[in-house]
Amino acid sequence: MPPRSRSLSALALALSLTAVAGACGSNTTDTAATPSTGEGGATVDATPGKGSKAVGFIFVGPKDDFGYNQAAFQGSEAVKKAFPDFEVLTAENVPETDDAARVMEGMIDKGAKIIFATSYGHLDPAMKVAAAHPEVVVVQQGNLIKGTVPANAGTYFGTVYEPVYLAGIVAGKQTKSNKLGYVYAFPIPQTISNINAFELGAQSVNPGVQTYVVNTSAWCDPGKQAGAARSLLDQGVDVITQHQDCTGTITKAAEAAGAMVVGYHADASSLAPKGWIAGSEWSWADLYTDIVKTSLAGDFTGSKYNANFREGLKDGQNPFIESKFGPSVGADVKTLVDTAKTRISTSGSPFAGPVVGQDGKTIVAEGTVPDYATIESLMTVFVKGVVGELPKN
Amino acid sequence: MSLASEVLTGAVRGGTSILYAGVGESYAESAGVVNLGTEGSMLVGALAAYAVASETNNPWAGALAGLVAGGALALVHAYFVLHRKANQLANGLVVLFLGLGLTSLFGASYVSKPAKSFTPWRIPGLGSLPGVGDILFNHDPLTYLSFLMVPASWWLLTRSRWGLLLRAAGERTEVLASYGHSVRRIQYMAVVLGGTLAGLGGAQLAIAYANAWFENMVQGRGFVAVAVVIFAARQPFKVAAGSYLFGAALALSPALQARGYGINQFALDAIPYVTIVVVLVALGRRRAAEAPEGLKKVFEVSPST
Repeated sequence: MPPRSRSLSALALALSLTAVAGACGSNTTDTAATPSTGEGGATVDATPGKGSKAVGFIFVGPKDDFGYNQAAFQGSEAVKKAFPDFEVLTAENVPETDDAARVMEGMIDKGAKIIFATSYGHLDPAMKVAAAHPEVVVVQQGNLIKGTVPANAGTYFGTVYEPVYLAGIVAGKQTKSNKLGYVYAFPIPQTISNINAFELGAQSVNPGVQTYVVNTSAWCDPGKQAGAARSLLDQGVDVITQHQDCTGTITKAAEAAGAMVVGYHADASSLAPKGWIAGSEWSWADLYTDIVKTSLAGDFTGSKYNANFREGLKDGQNPFIESKFGPSVGADVKTLVDTAKTRISTSGSPFAGPVVGQDGKTIVAEGTVPDYATIESLMTVFVKGVVGELPKN
Repeated sequence: MSLASEVLTGAVRGGTSILYAGVGESYAESAGVVNLGTEGSMLVGALAAYAVASETNNPWAGALAGLVAGGALALVHAYFVLHRKANQLANGLVVLFLGLGLTSLFGASYVSKPAKSFTPWRIPGLGSLPGVGDILFNHDPLTYLSFLMVPASWWLLTRSRWGLLLRAAGERTEVLASYGHSVRRIQYMAVVLGGTLAGLGGAQLAIAYANAWFENMVQGRGFVAVAVVIFAARQPFKVAAGSYLFGAALALSPALQARGYGINQFALDAIPYVTIVVVLVALGRRRAAEAPEGLKKVFEVSPST
């Protein structure tokens, strides 16, 4: 995730971080600039990740946020299960600053030669650690390494917008008012592609449907979320979804108002037993486990993970999956979702042309099916059918 | 709902937590103590309310817990400031971080837990009045309680004997002491009362407005409350006006966006804060002159005093 607005908590985090670093057994916390050549300068096996005794995970938020960090934490639990002899080190609330590098150094001191930096803004400190420790595999979740990818580093992510598109189909069929609502935080490409995919999914089964967007300029400000949900509901929106780190407030507000809910990040159907219709959530277990396996075998360098790795339905699996359907979703809608899923898994894409922007300009030409790498670069504008404007700088 | 009606309704709903904290801070400042830990009191109040409402399934028990927790944190501020003579401003920040740290630590497990919340209750009759019915009479119980708290606090602060003593503690400490009153005891009461109200404001945010607990969820509303108190000169009705003004500015952004208006979102987000800065600058000099004598000492940095 991109940096969250947490100016007030900066000091508290710095304080807690000292404790985190301590808990990771780091007694030399300032070794970031020292290239590690092993104990006493002896030659060590420089193959990144090979023979590691431990694996480290850092999270930007708490491990039980009903969202992004909880999902990543569950992935680390799966790694623990798959490698019982392994020590799995985790650190929560790691800010997206140089402090993250110190936490990673602490994990390396404990024997970790594989590090997962799971937040968008962890990339810079992760790259620093990777440069200082060529024998350690450092992978980052969701960001992109620009330029040459070092032999011991990589990024990975799912194609988030695919299940969001499928959820859009459900929303498009279930809505009575033809108005869907989307609460988001910041206009980053990942979010814009989600909003567009949601609207395109809904349009594919209901041409008249529109998606109203409201942003909160914060990953988690429940007070602002409550206001955003209220404004959308007042406009007659009857299906609400979101791209926020904490999802409880909006889910509960929709349920209380008798509106429908499309989830994001995690299964929150327990918060909206009546209104829940569909959703998307993370399932990192397989990918994390495979990255660890590849690294342990000494095969990381040159593997698909030694790059900006993106995985989607076309690869047979996507770490971003559909949540369960709600009770009000009928068999006909589920069939539509299945058909679309098959199409995306084989020849199609949520962004298969023609895709037209709000201003009427063509984004993807008819007959074109953009690949994963292209899609990320295209998502700078909303598609037609989205009501609301991107914040201008 | 019309734009004006929606923004005004949102102003009341979103401004109530600030209103509680602001009126609370008015008591403390009237007695000559600034509590920048108000934000912290709101945070502990929010968590305590959410946790207790979650465990007991009773939002009223939650509100009570929020009140007590907010007061308890303010007591820490009062002790260090009044007993140990700590710098008020610095200690307020320490108390804020204490609240932030404690709630991050103990709140983690409540992030994903549901809690029984207050629900809006439309007052029969008044609630169906055109216009004002939605804006004023379709809210949660804690918001209605704040409607009573404002005039009650006004009366207490400006018309009651107790309020006179409170203001004397802020204005003319020596006079009060020479009449045989314990200045410290009065100041303790004011600061703790302020904290309990801030705690109740946090409770309103957590279990009546947002219906969630999340780390640092108050997001600066406590500081806004302190700023509002300065330009409202510690008068509860003016604090209410300032809180609702801020609430309206917050509500304007999603209301415009949901109608598809093309606006500069980041500028809109800045409006509430810019408003406060402008008002503070405009009124600053005059308000400083009107501030209680005790408060002037706080802001005095010259070593000669």
